[in-house]
Amino acid sequence: MAINSIWVFAQTAGGAPTTGTLELLTKARSLSSNVSAFIGGDASAVAGALGEYGATKVYATGDLAGKLPGPAVSAAMKAVIDGGDSPSVIMFPQNYEGRDVMARLSVKLNRTVLTNNTDIADSADGVVATTPIFGGNTLVNTAFTGEGPHLVSFRPKSFAAESASGAAATVVAASVPDTGAAGAARVTAVHVEESTGPKLDEANIVVSGGRGLGEAGSYSLVEDLAKLLKGAPGASRAIVDAGWVPYSYQVGQTGKVVKPAVYIAAGISGATQHMVGMKGSKNIIAINKDKEAPIFGVADLGIVGDVHKVLPQLIELLKSRG
Amino acid sequence: MNIVVCVKQIPDPATPGALDGSTNALKRDGKLILDESDAYGVEMALQLAAANGGGDVNIVSMAPNGEMSGMRTALAMGAAKGVLISDPALAGSDALTTAKVLAAAIQKMGSADLIIAATESSDGYTGTVPEQMAEVLGLPSVTFAKKLTITGLSLKADRQTEEGYDEVECPLPAVISVTAGVVEPRYPSFKGIMAAKSKPIDTFTAADLGVTPTGWAGAGQKVVAVTQAEARQAGEVIEDDGNAFNKIVSFLENLKVI
Repeated sequence: MAINSIWVFAQTAGGAPTTGTLELLTKARSLSSNVSAFIGGDASAVAGALGEYGATKVYATGDLAGKLPGPAVSAAMKAVIDGGDSPSVIMFPQNYEGRDVMARLSVKLNRTVLTNNTDIADSADGVVATTPIFGGNTLVNTAFTGEGPHLVSFRPKSFAAESASGAAATVVAASVPDTGAAGAARVTAVHVEESTGPKLDEANIVVSGGRGLGEAGSYSLVEDLAKLLKGAPGASRAIVDAGWVPYSYQVGQTGKVVKPAVYIAAGISGATQHMVGMKGSKNIIAINKDKEAPIFGVADLGIVGDVHKVLPQLIELLKSRG
Repeated sequence: MNIVVCVKQIPDPATPGALDGSTNALKRDGKLILDESDAYGVEMALQLAAANGGGDVNIVSMAPNGEMSGMRTALAMGAAKGVLISDPALAGSDALTTAKVLAAAIQKMGSADLIIAATESSDGYTGTVPEQMAEVLGLPSVTFAKKLTITGLSLKADRQTEEGYDEVECPLPAVISVTAGVVEPRYPSFKGIMAAKSKPIDTFTAADLGVTPTGWAGAGQKVVAVTQAEARQAGEVIEDDGNAFNKIVSFLENLKVI
């Protein structure tokens, strides 16, 4: 066994562990019986849930008081490792905070990182992580060849979160040492972008719009259809970058990964960056004017047509059915 | 205000990527272009320098084969000079080594008030280099900035989060990674393109920077298998004859979601 113990960088939202955290804990406990969560913040409210999903211990930094997690949590991790508890593997979510903490820690420990993974195994080659490339057409298995701790991050929904009915994790304080100039940035205000209806990454139906909508005003077609289908509206990176909708709507490699029962892509050509975020959907419907658009290569039902005609007709019919 | 922008030169994303048969690394042997993600950083730097009393915007890049064509694009946009680190011994470097090399080059370039990078490259997208560079340099950082202003000796940024965004204040010098869309990149003018041809690009090796290249062996990682993923099959594609919406409704009915 190359893996003795595993840490999972844990995150919370609204007082509970994020789904991503529970996914990583579920995978971690399948690889090791010695799994700890490491949290940038207070753990008292979440030790129960973290334990339920497989963490026996949770290291907690306590309130970060406006410090960014990158320098602060990595310094706390380094201190625990220097103190003698050095895990074989540290699993991070492929998101903003996960990337920052992993990057800072990689320098502190002088260890390589493997990012954007969807699987991990303890094999004859050592600890091996799987990364999909070229839009998911090719899978690359990469082994860590150096000393641990091995730093590895995973895309959302790489694993299914399943409760292990474990007892509450033991909370262990892991305070943040002085981070000097590197830790000098401070969060002065937090903004939460409210959305109504089901969450994008949890919705059963997702309707996404792209550049083919032509103008920001046409995005309301996407919202109307999503609402009628009790789904969530999403977007391609192109229209998020153009400022039509907030970033929280973005589906893709640098946005949310969604796997709904039905994904409707309206006016989206299907850039690799977007496909990575939606091709795991059970059923895909694509509407696009360009019959050569790559999105048709993954669609179960492709409509070569104008979204400005098809969407209003569809919305009218669904409304008339009540 | 002196700003250094890290730019990556990548294979044209419009052409299909391929892996080198012997190393399993992404092929980067042809002509390389400026990563579109980096155009945002270059533009942001030019605007910040102009708004804060001028100063130089310089670029730094690590690339194989002395490749400079992508750097010329950034120089054509208005950057003053470039530093290129090109060294066969750096082939196979991981993100950490790349960050060490870029950090060493930035130190050699002199006192930068601000270092800007994209959040991740469009070809390798490891996505850790800016924050690793900050740690190597001992500097604070704000990653995933979608808005950036500078007042005196500090910066204010709106930093992307899972739920929305945070307002962050950070003293200079600092490392910032900017998202696409932070500003609208300018197109190089004809005059800019002509001027870029004669702008200086200094070339260094790893040894010039005092960095020990670790190459393939020292990257701490090794590709052990490359396989084809199960491809998703395309379904039915129809031309809209004015009634395609009915087809969508039947499709949804069959799935029992309406």
